[in-house]
Amino acid sequence: MMRFLLKRVLLAVSVLFAVSVVSFLMFFALPRDPVTGMCPKNCNAERLERVRTELGLNDPRTEQYANYMKGIFVGRDLGSAQGGKCEAPCLGYSYVNSEAVSDTFARVLPVTLNIVIPAAVLWLALGVGLGMISALRRGSLLDRVSIGLTLTFASLQLYFVGAVLLLIFVYTLKILPTPRYTPLVDNPVEWARGLVLAWVTLALLFSAIYARLSRAQMLETLSEDFVRTARAKGMPKRQVYGRHALRAAITPIVTIAGLDVGGALGGTVITETTFGIQGLGRTAVEAVRQGDLPTIMATVLISALFVVVANVVVDLLYAFIDPRVRLG
Amino acid sequence: MGRSESAPSGEPDRPEVPEQRSGEGPYLRVNDLRVRFDTEDGVVRAVDGVSFAVERGRTLGIVGESGSGKSVTSLAVLGLHNAKRASITGEIFVGGRQLVGLPEEEVRRLRGRDMAMIFQDPLSALHPYYTVGRQIAEAYRVHHPKAGKREARQRAVDMLGRVGIPQPARRFDQYPHEFSGGMRQRAMIAMALVNDPDLLIADEPTTALDVTVQAQILDLLADLQAEFHSAIILITHDLGVVSQVADDVLVMYGGRAVEHGSVAQVLRRPQHPYTWGLLSSVPSLRGDADADLVPIPGNPPSLINLPSGCAFHPRCRYAGRNGNRSTTEVPELRPAGEDGHLVACHLPAEERTRLYQEDVAQVGVAR
Repeated sequence: MMRFLLKRVLLAVSVLFAVSVVSFLMFFALPRDPVTGMCPKNCNAERLERVRTELGLNDPRTEQYANYMKGIFVGRDLGSAQGGKCEAPCLGYSYVNSEAVSDTFARVLPVTLNIVIPAAVLWLALGVGLGMISALRRGSLLDRVSIGLTLTFASLQLYFVGAVLLLIFVYTLKILPTPRYTPLVDNPVEWARGLVLAWVTLALLFSAIYARLSRAQMLETLSEDFVRTARAKGMPKRQVYGRHALRAAITPIVTIAGLDVGGALGGTVITETTFGIQGLGRTAVEAVRQGDLPTIMATVLISALFVVVANVVVDLLYAFIDPRVRLG
Repeated sequence: MGRSESAPSGEPDRPEVPEQRSGEGPYLRVNDLRVRFDTEDGVVRAVDGVSFAVERGRTLGIVGESGSGKSVTSLAVLGLHNAKRASITGEIFVGGRQLVGLPEEEVRRLRGRDMAMIFQDPLSALHPYYTVGRQIAEAYRVHHPKAGKREARQRAVDMLGRVGIPQPARRFDQYPHEFSGGMRQRAMIAMALVNDPDLLIADEPTTALDVTVQAQILDLLADLQAEFHSAIILITHDLGVVSQVADDVLVMYGGRAVEHGSVAQVLRRPQHPYTWGLLSSVPSLRGDADADLVPIPGNPPSLINLPSGCAFHPRCRYAGRNGNRSTTEVPELRPAGEDGHLVACHLPAEERTRLYQEDVAQVGVAR
């Protein structure tokens, strides 16, 4: 088990390393100068050059990369213009936002977490539940309605559903405030009211996909020999389904759910944009638009970290669920 | 298994059943069983009027090609068909109780307790995520709701030991993938027998195993039957297996019984050309090693669109001997001379005997 874990973690670290190198290189491959973009109108060439030197953009790229990585692991001194000493893990200083990237993150990361985690709970419960019931009542009215609805929602787009919900609940019925993030500890009611549309939007679309997936998985499992064996033992239907079929049907869903949640934590760009909530996703998009290297690097690395961690967690869960995977 | 003599730890939680099960009559009696499935392509008559009976302590072998209806018959006895998709008519008496038309919940209570099944491929028939022992203990606890975990575990370990699995207490906690094929099938048998069923249905129990293990499993089944006195149905396409362990044989073709009798009758003095074909396509250790195996020409019939008259006529080399009877008239299962030997064939008895002597027995492949 420890070897299994160690192998997965080493693999994860090397993936993160590769991601950091590639995103660093891609940034410099872009045909634009970050300094020109951020400078007000009365900039002369001399001043631009001075800023570049100050930001370290004139240093060799390998050195810039080494400095950046050094910042993450041991911290570094960014100079007085960039907030001075930066403790590890130092994600750098954003010359666009005029603040340390870690401060930006402390603000936007909780927003995304608070959107994604409740939404994920909602979509998994709704999607898997609906899919399972659908499979067990195959051909019933409920099943057929569910197939139609899930097909519809799986084909819709986040920004469309989000906009429709906004129109109904915020602008027409006026029963919800304009979406915004209030920390849960400050005011749980406002927290829920401000984010519920984002949760529902994500949940509707994702649960549609999960319902279809769970239904297909469950139907496949129900035709397995071991389900017939369980019935031949005389087990009541409820136990056959709940104990034997569900466990086998849920396994592949765990994999996909892990990856989806990991991916969503890295930023729900469209949802955040639709509802005007400043989370990780929007921050990342703005950073790219403004050529804000430290923020780009940080958002890319954080998203990659989420995906990689989700992968390790899924592997572990898999080994836990399926005894055949153990000691892999 | 006579539950009156040796009731193991804690008599199962059975509803009161009139004591018609003890004594008179065979334990399982099937009369004119018909199983139909409505599919998009038409009605599949998987079993079309089959009757047989099995007494306690005896073994009935059901033989036939794939799609002959043998597995469908056994699943019908256990009530494992989907009630929405299969339409079942006829009578199935298990211990005197008619199962066709009984509510699912009542059939469920009998399943695994009075009648149990062993499946063909133990690897796929056991749940890959649960330990073997847990699956056996679970089968026990379903029908002994008052039994505690420890009692169920002890019972499962005992059964694992009884079917010849070494170190049963340690094996209890292992998963199916940690068992060898033969051990898995033994575990499967332990699971089927954990509640002392009176009827055991084994659906090709040795097909997925290699030959040496096959013999061990068959011996085990015979031993357990001698010990527990249960009625066994053995479904197979292997006539060698039938001759080893069965008392009676039912040969099925296209969802119907074509020949029925004791092993000696059906295998030594077979009456139906299809049975001849089956026998001629099996190598014999006793016969001439150079003798050619004779396959039955053609393919098993479609159960949606069965050939008219005798379903076997397109593959029967004697079909032309009765004018057009074999294509127009369905042959009935009739006594074929000896007591209890039944055959469904239009050929007159004397002609059948002569043909068998001339065409089949002479070739030296028949047993």
